[in-house]
Amino acid sequence: MDLQRLEGILSRYACQPADLIPVLQDIQDSYNYLPKDELKVVAERLHLPLAQVFSVATFFTMFSLVPKGKHVCKVCVGTTCHLKGGQRLAESLSNRLGVDIGYTTKDMNFTLETVACLGSCAQAPVMMIDDTYYARVTVDKVPKILKKYQ
Amino acid sequence: MPFIESVDHLTEYRRRVRAARDPQQLQVLVCGGPGCLPLGSEELAAAFAAEMEARGIAGKVLLKTTGCHGLCSHGVRVLIRPQEISYQKVTVEDVPEIVETTLLSGGVVERLVYHHPESQAPCPHKMDIPFYQTQNPLVLRKLDVIDPESLDDYLALGGYRTLRKILFQMTPEQVIEAVEKSGLRGRGGGGFPTGRKWRLCREAQAQPKFVICNGDEGDPGAFMDRAVMEGDPHAVIEGMIVGGYAIGAMRGYIYVRHEYPLAVKRLQKAIDQAREFGLLGTNILRSNFSFDIQISQGAGAFVCGEETALIASIEGKIGEPNPRPPYPVQAGLFGLPTVINNVETWANVPEIINMGPEWFAAMGTDKSKGTKIFSLVGAVNNTGLVEVPMGTSLRQIIFGMGGGIAHNREFKAVQTGGPSGGCIPPQYLDLPVDYDSLQQVGSIMGSGGMIVMDNHDCMVDVARYFISFLMEESCGKCTPCREGLKQLITILNEITTGKGEAHHVDLMEDICQTMATASLCGLGQSAANPVRSTLKYFREEYERHIRDKKCPAKVCRQLLIYTIDPNECTSCLACVRECPVGAISGPKKEPQVIDQDICVKCGLCVDACQFDAVKVE
Repeated sequence: MDLQRLEGILSRYACQPADLIPVLQDIQDSYNYLPKDELKVVAERLHLPLAQVFSVATFFTMFSLVPKGKHVCKVCVGTTCHLKGGQRLAESLSNRLGVDIGYTTKDMNFTLETVACLGSCAQAPVMMIDDTYYARVTVDKVPKILKKYQ
Repeated sequence: MPFIESVDHLTEYRRRVRAARDPQQLQVLVCGGPGCLPLGSEELAAAFAAEMEARGIAGKVLLKTTGCHGLCSHGVRVLIRPQEISYQKVTVEDVPEIVETTLLSGGVVERLVYHHPESQAPCPHKMDIPFYQTQNPLVLRKLDVIDPESLDDYLALGGYRTLRKILFQMTPEQVIEAVEKSGLRGRGGGGFPTGRKWRLCREAQAQPKFVICNGDEGDPGAFMDRAVMEGDPHAVIEGMIVGGYAIGAMRGYIYVRHEYPLAVKRLQKAIDQAREFGLLGTNILRSNFSFDIQISQGAGAFVCGEETALIASIEGKIGEPNPRPPYPVQAGLFGLPTVINNVETWANVPEIINMGPEWFAAMGTDKSKGTKIFSLVGAVNNTGLVEVPMGTSLRQIIFGMGGGIAHNREFKAVQTGGPSGGCIPPQYLDLPVDYDSLQQVGSIMGSGGMIVMDNHDCMVDVARYFISFLMEESCGKCTPCREGLKQLITILNEITTGKGEAHHVDLMEDICQTMATASLCGLGQSAANPVRSTLKYFREEYERHIRDKKCPAKVCRQLLIYTIDPNECTSCLACVRECPVGAISGPKKEPQVIDQDICVKCGLCVDACQFDAVKVE
């Protein structure tokens, strides 16, 4: 366990129970997931039962207990994107990447996720790879977009 | 930036900012709102900067990336001031022509302006465009002109005037009275009178007290809060300071969902600026009032838009709602009195105090005052954000501002209120939109999402979509919501895959009734609304699915048959490459054929085909 890295994160907080979610967010950002050993330390330092830390870590969708891929592809399946084919877009990506929604490719390059709404409904269907938005993504545009990340 | 020490200092600073600005200054305002950003706002702004540099006018023309300009379907939008020329669908390739024709020669690039759909007349100026003409923007009014990262821009337009007014001319009691008189109701959907909420919190005994801004805009199809947080963050902050002063709080939280990273960045920058300037912190402008704000980021849970779940999340717990009473105004964050209002509500506050409650109350209907922002999306020609007085009819919004249904299709329904809302059929198009009228027809205002559907949208599928969304997002604490949703989705999945049975409709109505009566929080109580409203207005469509095993809108894939029209197939093989099960084959350079025994009816071939050769029956 990289204790120094974890201490760096914890040192930014007063380590009150209310700091749990921001601390987990920082760990998720830094490690790309929430490693088990680190969660044990967090529980100890924030004076919380480990069960509560795990309940929070598993309740919210942004947290992952397994490492995510180098690129995270989020396909919007909000209402407008659903009507305009967001679900089919997600299925097409799933076929092309050979990975189920919510999982990571074997080479750890892509994690494929769906998200309830990215708030760019006027450009539906929308998807986001890392911090880049892609507007009006029809299935036929997928191969060209994926190429940039492979 | 200086530290503002007193009221006079603020006035003086504002005067200097304004004096340094030339009203005739040539400005290029590139929309960086939620709709235009994915279309390439950043690249476009960079292209303008480079071209203006190359043409030697970089110092003379002011370039800004602003918040949402409203008409997202025609993005990326660019506004040229002072002429107010509004360009649409601008790409990097158009930049040299705009610089040459408009910035250097004062002309208009006609091909980039909106053309009236009937007369085909060009509408070069913003106010020539019908979409903007009938709106009444209060909260959105600054979004297309200010740089969201500039406090000076906000100050120049009168920002933080309200702060000065409340601290030195009004008692907290008077502030609450003004908000009560204005008739402002919660814009997050509940519609609870804001002034009354503040009064209840002020009267609560325990100390300290808190204010919270609910920026957990989780309703799919709604993005007005994102646009306001990203486009005018200081308005939200100023509103919260007013609220804090009124109820006697010293600390505020802004809860933003993590899917909105830009909103977090802009709000944090605005908070830092306000602190540095002395507009947040101890003894603001040398008054006795101290107040500060921090951001709390959501972690991806729709239920956290519910106030008690949101509070639990800030406390570091899982976002499970708690039974009310006690209400947050009595026992909220950390068990202490808390006022929690939505982004749009807070952003309305400064102007209400500034212009007076009578001004605000003069707009809207008897019981719903002021304006409301709607995100108009789906099957309309003009999609984007509109802000209209409460009581504007659905017809005006959808057919006026929205420009009617795209592709000359038929209007079928408009879905309002997010997942817990309902679908409103054509017979209610003339309904004046306010909190109470929407409820009467089985929907809700919600946060203002308006998703327009045409005859290519299946109402059973829409109900199934919302129920599956809510099932995912139900926290699972109470049985009626957790199990009710599970049963509803099972039935809806059967109906949409051709396994529906005649008794299913009655069974669903029964489950809906139980959920509405017995669920713990607002999510569960309203979770059956999508099924109830579609059953009420579109029962025939359910019956077609159940009785005839047909989906009239051709959406429910298991009820469809996919074939390739040999006359239109160009043998490009795009569908063959897309098909996940290898069901499509045929001789080279000849029309392809779908093997119905292998086809899993995923519909990807339809999307892959660029020649509309894949037919659906």
